[in-house]
Amino acid sequence: MNSFLPELTNVYFNYLLLSSVLFCIGVIGVIIRKNIIIIFMSIELMLNAVNLLLVNFSNMHNDPNGQVFVFFIMVVAAAEVTVGLAILVMVYRNSGSVNIDTLKNLKG
Amino acid sequence: MEQLLFIILSVISVVAALCVIFVRNPIYSVLSLVVTFFSFAGHYILLKAQFLAIVQVIVYAGAIMVLFLFVIMLLNLNNTESQEKRSFISKAIAVVAGGLLLISLVGLLKGSVLTPTLANGISSDEIGTVQRLGKVLFTDFVLPFEISSVLFLSAIIGAVMLGKKDLKDH
Repeated sequence: MNSFLPELTNVYFNYLLLSSVLFCIGVIGVIIRKNIIIIFMSIELMLNAVNLLLVNFSNMHNDPNGQVFVFFIMVVAAAEVTVGLAILVMVYRNSGSVNIDTLKNLKG
Repeated sequence: MEQLLFIILSVISVVAALCVIFVRNPIYSVLSLVVTFFSFAGHYILLKAQFLAIVQVIVYAGAIMVLFLFVIMLLNLNNTESQEKRSFISKAIAVVAGGLLLISLVGLLKGSVLTPTLANGISSDEIGTVQRLGKVLFTDFVLPFEISSVLFLSAIIGAVMLGKKDLKDH
């Protein structure tokens, strides 16, 4: 613990901690919720935690490349949400529920 | 001052993120996620990424969350919480698993060397400006940029195809 405290004054390490916490909250959300929409939102949360980390490192190394990567992650996230929500609407139309447990037709 | 702002924004982010996954009503979940994204925009401003902060507010809080809200209201999902029954044991196991992931991540990152690079000729205040980012985006990353437009096109087409009532009639 004694070696841990001085690192808390490092602003970059603080952002590392914050993004780890938010990423783990996203992971817990994916595991404990059954509503597909909430699971999607937890995935968004995880993507944003990684974005924050990339911006942090971009700031640390004085390099704009990290922020360009954040752009591409945002692009992929937007495309993913579009297709995912369209699939979700279709699932709801076919099964009448957004519970993830109704989607077990592939189970043998 | 920056330290204080960081602490305030971090508390807002973490509390709102916890609300996203623990609140029962999906509408409140979406609204807390919007709060989280706004606090992320604040973090980006603290990290001197001004343009990304604006993009975060416009794209995430503006476009993506409106899409989520539309879907929730379109499907009328406000009262589906009775379907959601997880036993307390499995919830506890999930939280413990996430906590263990957090502990191992922090333990892994604890010894990392975080010395900032200072001498590469760019003043740290202007990394995140539109000018600098646009220059990088349209020189070094021009091929991924164009490919991502193809990705968007396929996403649009896929969403339209999936959203149609029935494809057999056409």
